[in-house]
Amino acid sequence: MPFGLALQSADIISTVEFNHSGELLATGDKGGRVVIFQQEQENKTQTHSRGEYNVYSTFQSHEPEFDYLKSLEIEEKINKIRWLPQKNAAQFLLSTNDKTIKLWKISERDKRPEGYNLKEEDGRYRDPTTVTTLRVPVFRPMDLMVEASPRRIFANAHTYHINSISINSDYETYLSADDLRINLWHLEITDRSFNIVDIKPANMEELTEVITAAEFHPNSCNTFVYSSSKGTIRLCDMRASALCDRHSKLFEEPEDPSNRSFFSEIISSISDVKFSHSGRYMMTRDYLSVKIWDLNMENRPVETYQVHEYLRSKLCSLYENDCIFDKFECCWNGSDSVVMTGSYNNFFRMFDRNTKRDITLEASRENNKPRTVLKPRKVCASGKRKKDEISVDSLDFNKKILHTAWHPKENIIAVATTNNLYIFQDKVN
Amino acid sequence: MEVLFKLTSQMETDDREGNRMWEEDSSPKHLLDTMFARGIKRKCFDGEEDIEGTLAGFKSVPSYNLQRQSLLDMSLVKLQLCHMLVEPNLCRSVLIANTVRQIQEEMTQDGTWQVINAQNTGQASLDRLVSSDILCRSTKEQGEGKLVPSYSSFSKDFEDIQSQDIISDLSTVASVQAPRNPQSNVWEMENPQENRGNFQKSLDQIFETLENKNPNSVEDLFSDVDNSYYDLDTVLTGMMSNTKMGHCDVLESFSSQTTTNSNSNCKSDINELDHIVEILVES
Repeated sequence: MPFGLALQSADIISTVEFNHSGELLATGDKGGRVVIFQQEQENKTQTHSRGEYNVYSTFQSHEPEFDYLKSLEIEEKINKIRWLPQKNAAQFLLSTNDKTIKLWKISERDKRPEGYNLKEEDGRYRDPTTVTTLRVPVFRPMDLMVEASPRRIFANAHTYHINSISINSDYETYLSADDLRINLWHLEITDRSFNIVDIKPANMEELTEVITAAEFHPNSCNTFVYSSSKGTIRLCDMRASALCDRHSKLFEEPEDPSNRSFFSEIISSISDVKFSHSGRYMMTRDYLSVKIWDLNMENRPVETYQVHEYLRSKLCSLYENDCIFDKFECCWNGSDSVVMTGSYNNFFRMFDRNTKRDITLEASRENNKPRTVLKPRKVCASGKRKKDEISVDSLDFNKKILHTAWHPKENIIAVATTNNLYIFQDKVN
Repeated sequence: MEVLFKLTSQMETDDREGNRMWEEDSSPKHLLDTMFARGIKRKCFDGEEDIEGTLAGFKSVPSYNLQRQSLLDMSLVKLQLCHMLVEPNLCRSVLIANTVRQIQEEMTQDGTWQVINAQNTGQASLDRLVSSDILCRSTKEQGEGKLVPSYSSFSKDFEDIQSQDIISDLSTVASVQAPRNPQSNVWEMENPQENRGNFQKSLDQIFETLENKNPNSVEDLFSDVDNSYYDLDTVLTGMMSNTKMGHCDVLESFSSQTTTNSNSNCKSDINELDHIVEILVES
C-alpha cells in the first residue's frame, strides 16, 4: 500500500516525467516553468523508505508569445517534457509548449576557480601594474548550484498545437506531433525538420480527424505510433517511405453497437498512447477506459480496463461542461505489470494486469495524513451508498488528475492534481 | 418506434470480493443523460393538454427529437464560443463539428430536417438556447419549480404541433436557430439537399473562422443575431468573445463554397499585407 507526501502548490501542473534513472522528476506548468525534483540518496539509517524528492532546479522554460500574423497568443504552458538518457555529468531534457520545443541542459556546479591573476575574488579587475607574481588558479568547493541553460530551440515547424514529443531510441532524433502533422528532428539541427506524417486535408472543411498523441517505439528506431480523435492507432515504419501517411498497421476496435450514442466518437478519442517498456505492448487511454494492445494484433485490444464506467450515463452533462474533452494520460510501471491513470475527484486508478485487481486512490491532503497508508476509494453509482463510498453525483469534476508518472525502477509514483504534486511510494518493510 | 440505443446502464458486477460494486442508477438525475442512455423515442403530446400537464409530461418523458435538438443547439453554441485570444483547441472543435454532422445526418434521414421561414428570427432563438440550458440542468432544480419563460413557448409549440416533431433550422448564420413564430405556425418544407447545403455552408464558415481568423467573416456570422444572444453567450459561459481577428492567411485557399463577401475581405487583407511588406522593405 502506498503512502506519501505532497509537494508544493504552484501553477497548474501540465506535465510530469521521471528521468531514465528515476532520480529526477520534472514537472511543467501552465506558467511555462519547469521544476525538477531530485531523490535524496538513501539514508543508511532510514531503511524503511527510499529517498525523498526535493526541489533540485527551477527555471522558466517558455514565455508567452504573440503571433502577430494571426493576432493570437501562444500559451507558455508546458505540454510535455521528455528526458534524454544521461551521457555525461549534465542532464538534458526536451520541453515543449504549443509551438516551440527547447532542449535544456541542467548541470551542477559545485566548484569554482579561485586565485586569478588579473581579477580580484569579487570580479573587479586588478591594475596590471600591481601584479608582481603569478599563480595558478585552483578549483575550490562551493555550494551546489544547479544551472539550466537552453541549448537548442526548435521553432517554427508547427502550424497547429504540439501535443507530443518523443525521443527515438537512437538518441539522436525525436518526433514532435501537432493536431495534423508529425515532424522528425535531429537533436543537433534546429533550422529544419522532416515532415513524416501529414493528415491535413486539402480542404479544411473535410477535416474530421486529428492526431492526438504520438510515440516512438522504445527499441525499434524506425517505428512510431500515433493515435487519433476517432480512436484509431497507426503504426508507421519510417523505412517504408519518406512520408509515412500510409500506416503499416492500423489498430482499431470495432464499435459496440449496444453502446452507440451521439457521444460515441468523442469518448473513443484517444488522449494518450504509451508503449510498454518491453516494446511488445502499447496502452491507449480514451475517455472511459484504458486499453492494452499487442502490437501483433490490430483488430482489438488484448486487455480493457474501465476507469470510471459510472460516467457513461452522465455523458451529456460532461459534454455540456466540456469535461468530456479532458485528456487523461496513462503510464506503465517499470515491469509493465501495472498501469495507472487518473480520474475525477482527485482519484487515480491502478490496474494490475496479472491479478486483474484494480484500486482507486485519492490524492488529497484532507483525506490523507502524510506518511499514512492510502485508503482505497469506491464510487457508488446507485442511490444506495455504502459507508465510505462516494456517490457519482458528489464527485468534483474540477478536481481532475490528468498527469501521472511511475518511477522506471521502483514503486514510486508521481500524481499531479490541479495545483499540487503528490509523490507516493510503497512501504518497504 | 425506432429504438436507437439499448439500455446502457447495466454495469459489470465485480464478484471477486463477493460484492456488487455497481448498481443501476434508476433515478434520472439528468434528463438528457437518461434520454441518450435509454434512447427511447416518444411522440409529442396532444395539443389540448394544459400547460402543467404538458410540463409534467415533458419532465418525465422528453421527446427524443427535442433532446437531439438541444444537443444540436448546445453543440453549435460550443463551436461559436471559441477563445479568440488563444487559438481554439482543434481536436475539440473537430469532435463537436462531427457531432453536429451526425445529428444533421440523422435528422435528414428522419425527415425532420426542414427549413423554416428565414424571417422568423430574434426572440424565439433566445428561448431555444435558454431551453437547452434548462434541459441540461438536473431534475432536482426543475423539481424546485424553476420555470423559465421558454417553457411556456415550448408547451405552446407542443400545442400547435399535433404529431410533428419540433423542427429546427440552420440558416446561413450557423450560430442561430431560426425557430418558428409561435403565432403563425407556418412551416416551409424544402428540399433536404438545400438544407444540407446550408448546413454545410454553416460548418464551412465555422472552420473558416477557425482557420482564417478573418475579422469580417466572424462579424457576418454574428450579424443576423439578436444582440441578446451575445449576452446569453456571455452569461452561459462567462467568456467574452474577442472579435478582433488577424489577417487572412493568403497561402490557404478555400473551396468555392465560401461567400464572395469573405473573398473580398481576403483581398482587402492581401492589400494590407502588401502595405506592411512595403513598409518593411522601405525601412
